[in-house]
Amino acid sequence: MADTSVEVAPFSVASLRGNPGRIRKEAAIRGVFFAAAALSIVIMALIVLTLARETYTFVSQVELAQLWSDGWFPRRALYDIRTIVVGSVLVTVIAMLVATPLGMGAAVYLSEYARPRVRGVLKPVLEVLASIPSVVLGFFALTWISPEIVQRLSDRASLFNLAAAGIGVGILTTPLVASIAEDAMGSVPKALREASYGMGARKVTTSVRVVIPAAVSGLVAAFIVGVSRAIGETMVVAIAAGASGGSLFSLNVFDRGQTMTAAMASLATGTDAVVGAGLTFQSLFFVGSLLFVLTLLLNVFADRYVRRVRQKY
Amino acid sequence: MAVTTPPMTAAPELVRQRLQGKKVDAAGLIFRALLLLALLVTMAVLVVLLVEVLTGGWGVFTTRMGEFLTGKLGSSAARSGIAQGLRGTFFIGAFVVALAFPLGVGAAIYLEEYAPKSRFARFVDINIRNLAGVPSVVYGLLGFAIFVKALRFLTGPGSANGATVISAGLTLAILVLPIVIITAAEAIRAVPDSLREAGFGVGATRWEVVRSHVLPYASPGILTGTVLSLARALGEAAPLILVGATTGFLSEGAGYGLSTLQERFTAMPIVIYSWAGRPQPGFASNTAAAIVVLLAVVLLANAAAILLRNRYEKRR
Repeated sequence: MADTSVEVAPFSVASLRGNPGRIRKEAAIRGVFFAAAALSIVIMALIVLTLARETYTFVSQVELAQLWSDGWFPRRALYDIRTIVVGSVLVTVIAMLVATPLGMGAAVYLSEYARPRVRGVLKPVLEVLASIPSVVLGFFALTWISPEIVQRLSDRASLFNLAAAGIGVGILTTPLVASIAEDAMGSVPKALREASYGMGARKVTTSVRVVIPAAVSGLVAAFIVGVSRAIGETMVVAIAAGASGGSLFSLNVFDRGQTMTAAMASLATGTDAVVGAGLTFQSLFFVGSLLFVLTLLLNVFADRYVRRVRQKY
Repeated sequence: MAVTTPPMTAAPELVRQRLQGKKVDAAGLIFRALLLLALLVTMAVLVVLLVEVLTGGWGVFTTRMGEFLTGKLGSSAARSGIAQGLRGTFFIGAFVVALAFPLGVGAAIYLEEYAPKSRFARFVDINIRNLAGVPSVVYGLLGFAIFVKALRFLTGPGSANGATVISAGLTLAILVLPIVIITAAEAIRAVPDSLREAGFGVGATRWEVVRSHVLPYASPGILTGTVLSLARALGEAAPLILVGATTGFLSEGAGYGLSTLQERFTAMPIVIYSWAGRPQPGFASNTAAAIVVLLAVVLLANAAAILLRNRYEKRR
């Protein structure tokens, strides 16, 4: 029998480690990607810090009487929060009155009724609507919605009014609501629908009594995200509600008005930098903080609902 | 064995009648009609909007299209043009493509490939979702505080006082970054694990697997998301107002040279915003024409993204 022992190269832990150059390159690339991912945390921190700093200055120096007056006139040091918050609420309510039925209706149709081919045509149309810039809808709200719809509803409506702005924001929000709602209904398992049909239920019964209740968390999330989007929408209101400068406190949606977002835009429009008496500049950041906290809370809330649907199925 | 088959002609109708009863499904029909109505109203709005804008801007295009596309902002509606707006929008797009796309895709790669399901990834994920929901005006405040004020020496030390297209481009790049990350991460997540395992099996490093397997497979999805976020950035106006885009006259800001980056600027959405607020009738048609141009850019980008996605979905 021949000698089987072969000359074996010395084999150690070091030879399992691989090429050091390759490892170094790998670590460097990993570091770059990590930095990119960490950047989002830096951005969030910067947003919170810049908002907090100026807001603190504002809150510590403003007099309480300035926060509760007849209207929002920041250049005259009248910061009536009530005016712009109520403006935002009015616009958001009108927007959701438009976006909820349209968005949810479209979503139920696309998810439960439309055949694949029909869906392939209708869905892109909704996506086109979602991509229309908000300035465009602002112009449309001012030149078409206001004279053709709002001024027909009320004779005393001015051309610039909160109702037209609200409808415009609603149209802008519709595709968003529709897409989240459709996703939620799409994630309801087919077996639930088939069980319902197997019991002899009609299509309408299956949709209303089985699919919608099963997807209700997702539908709530769609609504909340819609509200958050409507509150944060700026340009439609800035163009169509027409209260540049300031606004008196008013509950009349057929009149000019101001929302939190539009108040910020109009404060920054037309000047080199934001100028004005005393705390005008800081008031911008104060309103920004309000907006930030409000939308953040809504989004966290909506996220929780979305997760609930995902966990269930 | 002979089996007698019942006559098939009348059977389906008969069976359906027996099963449903003879009643018409009124509730079902009404429900379906209402749903269709919601969808049709939404589409009608889109059609009316497009028709309004096209008819409104038609006159401008037929009488003075060349001048409108190359002219500068001015006080006379008949002589104003959108050259400066197009230029600002071009540079903003360039900043978004150059900054938000690589950073966003890089972050997505880290979250999905390098540290999936880690505590860090989960934290960043929540953070990004929250960032995506922050209203765009708030990003404008951030851009104003950071780029226009704190980094003025970089963004525009001259007469523009930091209110330049650099600040605007950086602000909008930050604005769309979360959207880029979310869509890119979704595309990367859809890559089957077997591809990665095959790569690791032949001794590739993580980066090699990402570069030659994951990214090529995910690229249509990533591209769709990035194009959509570019369209979003080009249509955004609110942050630009906060950053100090010029809404009135502007003599400069029509050049495409690198030295012009530190001049005052405007962009298409800002032009539309400032013209929409002017009472003179000429500006209404100018606004409509400018909207047609902006929509052409934005919708083309979207159509490209949708086509891309449909093709890629069919391939699977």
